[in-house]
Amino acid sequence: MNEMPHIDKAAEMTDSKISAKQVQVFYGDIHAIKDVDIEINPRSVTSFIGPSGCGKSTFLRCLNRMNDTIDVCRVEGTILIDSEDIYDPKVDPVQLRAKVGMVFQKPNPFPKSIYDNIAYGPRIHGLAANKTAMDEIVTSSLQRAGLWEEVKDRLSEPGTGLSGGQQQRLCIARAIAVNPEVILMDEPCSALDPIATAKVEELIDELRENFTIVIVTHSMQQAARVSQRTAFFHLGILVEEGPTQDIFTNPTDKRTQDYITGRFG
Amino acid sequence: MSDTTLPPVASSADTTPSEKRKTSLYRTDALTRKRNAAEARFKAYGITAIVIGLFFLVVLASSIILEGIPAFTRTIVQVEFTITEDQFEAAEQELFKTRAYEGFFIASLEEQLRQKGIDAPFDSDAIERLVGKTGGTIREFFRENQDLLGQPVAFELAASSRVDGYMNGRITRESIVDSRFLMKSDLYIVDALVEAGVIRNAFNWNFITGADSGVDNPGGAGIGASVVGSFFMMLVVLFLSLPIGVAASIYLEEFAPQNRITDLIEVNISNLAAVPSIVFGILGLAVFIQFMHLPQSAPLVGGLVLTLMTLPTIIISTRAALKAVPPSIRDAALGVGASKMQAVFHHVLPLAMPGILTGTIIGLAQALGETAPLLLIGMVGFVARGYPEGLIEGFTDPNSAMPAQIYTWAARADFAFYEKAWGGIIVLLVFLLAMNILAIVLRRRFERRW
Ligand SMILES: Nc1ncnc2c1ncn2[C@@H]1O[C@H](COP(=O)(O)OP(=O)(O)O)[C@@H](O)[C@H]1O
Ligand SMILES: [Mg+2]
Repeated sequence: MNEMPHIDKAAEMTDSKISAKQVQVFYGDIHAIKDVDIEINPRSVTSFIGPSGCGKSTFLRCLNRMNDTIDVCRVEGTILIDSEDIYDPKVDPVQLRAKVGMVFQKPNPFPKSIYDNIAYGPRIHGLAANKTAMDEIVTSSLQRAGLWEEVKDRLSEPGTGLSGGQQQRLCIARAIAVNPEVILMDEPCSALDPIATAKVEELIDELRENFTIVIVTHSMQQAARVSQRTAFFHLGILVEEGPTQDIFTNPTDKRTQDYITGRFG
Repeated sequence: MSDTTLPPVASSADTTPSEKRKTSLYRTDALTRKRNAAEARFKAYGITAIVIGLFFLVVLASSIILEGIPAFTRTIVQVEFTITEDQFEAAEQELFKTRAYEGFFIASLEEQLRQKGIDAPFDSDAIERLVGKTGGTIREFFRENQDLLGQPVAFELAASSRVDGYMNGRITRESIVDSRFLMKSDLYIVDALVEAGVIRNAFNWNFITGADSGVDNPGGAGIGASVVGSFFMMLVVLFLSLPIGVAASIYLEEFAPQNRITDLIEVNISNLAAVPSIVFGILGLAVFIQFMHLPQSAPLVGGLVLTLMTLPTIIISTRAALKAVPPSIRDAALGVGASKMQAVFHHVLPLAMPGILTGTIIGLAQALGETAPLLLIGMVGFVARGYPEGLIEGFTDPNSAMPAQIYTWAARADFAFYEKAWGGIIVLLVFLLAMNILAIVLRRRFERRW
């Protein structure tokens, strides 16, 4: 797992981690996502950009079936993760979400201790046989999220007492703790200050070695900094998708061009 | 129209054109003054409202306490006397045995007064009116404790409620009307007894622990039996309505799909909360007693009826508490792969707990004070009269409940029961206060566990 070669460009990849075909999402009568086809590479960062309301979050939430919790939401098309259709009736969304973790826009630690925040996931999935194993998971998750040094002396204090940036890294650590393969992040830095943002971005860059990361962002600079591939959404349509470099320097579509030059959005 | 009114306003504002552009902050303008005045007026209204509210609260509380406190005391006549073995033997030979004992009592009472230099004429009828039929009590005592014959024994006899009334000023020499309960002349005896120091006030434990008495014995009436009845009813209500209510709310709030049927259920639950309680009473009468043949007047049935009444309250407050838990917590739990049920039970429910508990206790408190449905299922005071001794136990024994008991007393003709009703209200309020304090304590406890 650790001797994975550092992947810079998706071109080297043969098969994708996530593959979406003709995905449609409806909120009641609203057609929020239209005909989206996308391949997402393993162990890399893919960012979704686009003006707000264009369906980035909606599409992201399809990838771990968080949309199932919205009554009016209906998803059509196929989404394969490791060549398995996650919308297959045989698939239990709960099991899927252990494999595809999520970090939300607003840091949302549980109103419990820092330790319990991390330990909750492993506990319900039975990942730790005993207290020592759990301690080990908590420690390593916090270390991988770069939060260990800051919180190691106050693991029993409430997670809600941390600063915003720390809370968001705690949420990332919480997601890591259940050992997912994919981590979805929905504008993880939009509630953070620039320094906290930089830390999270750094963290995302490190996590890429072990996880497939999909990040929604409305900051084009952030997409440029952290992602290898970028997808541009507009009005529920995936307008353009490609290596981040190309999207920003050489967009093929007029709408992408207008967006990245700041003409709308 | 506006053209005609505009010029004067404008002209007054820009009498000096330069001042219009550069108004001083030191001078409050007309609009600000108006706003400030409105705010001050509003504050005054608010304070007035609170003062009026407090005034009524004080009036209510003080009148309850003033009227109710006498119910907690009773007048006791304390007489010490000795009966020798010969006297005992002789009395047992008599035809009217209790008469003989009463004679001893009166004799020693007279003796006690004479020693203190007080002379009051009384006969056995007067004594009966004051302390009831004493002979039976005394005979009973000596037959059971024959070893005490020949020794001085102090008897404490409860005076009748009329004497209570005279002692605490409810009955005055002017207001009294001669009756078989109390004659005007008896009051001289009472005065003499007071002077001799054989009458005193004591705490009326019987009021706290006893059952209701007959309509002609207000002095012996106690609220204890109905406290027990209320307690059993509350147990039924708590153990039925809390689990059912919370389960229903969790299902409706977290799991049920949003459709016509759940909308209909929601509307109906809200409406049920507003249904008059007497409707639940008649429903209980029809369903639990007439159809299911559960015992009449039983706390079990009362509890079931009150459960029906409390459920909407608990469901509404539980749903509000669940709604108040931020959705981000649910997302967080689902995001790490918790099932919906795990998310609800591990995260949402603990956060909603203070609200749920508060709602439950408020619902219980409402149920505790509810009278109307209990009247319909026969939980009125008189049922306890079959049990003059001690308390009524169990879910199925006929019993009363506190508010129904208070209602019964208040409805009785004898004015002495009026005082009991006030006393009962004090007991009821003490329980309600305790429940509210419990609600606050529990809420604090659970909230601290963030
Ligand atoms: N829960 C919902 N119910 C109904 N419509 C929704 C819901 N969530 C999002 N939408 C609609 O779907 C569209 C896409 O929203 P979203 O995915 O949140 O956009 P983005 O994340 O790109 O800003 C918007 O038009 C929004 O109004
Ligand atoms: Mg969004």
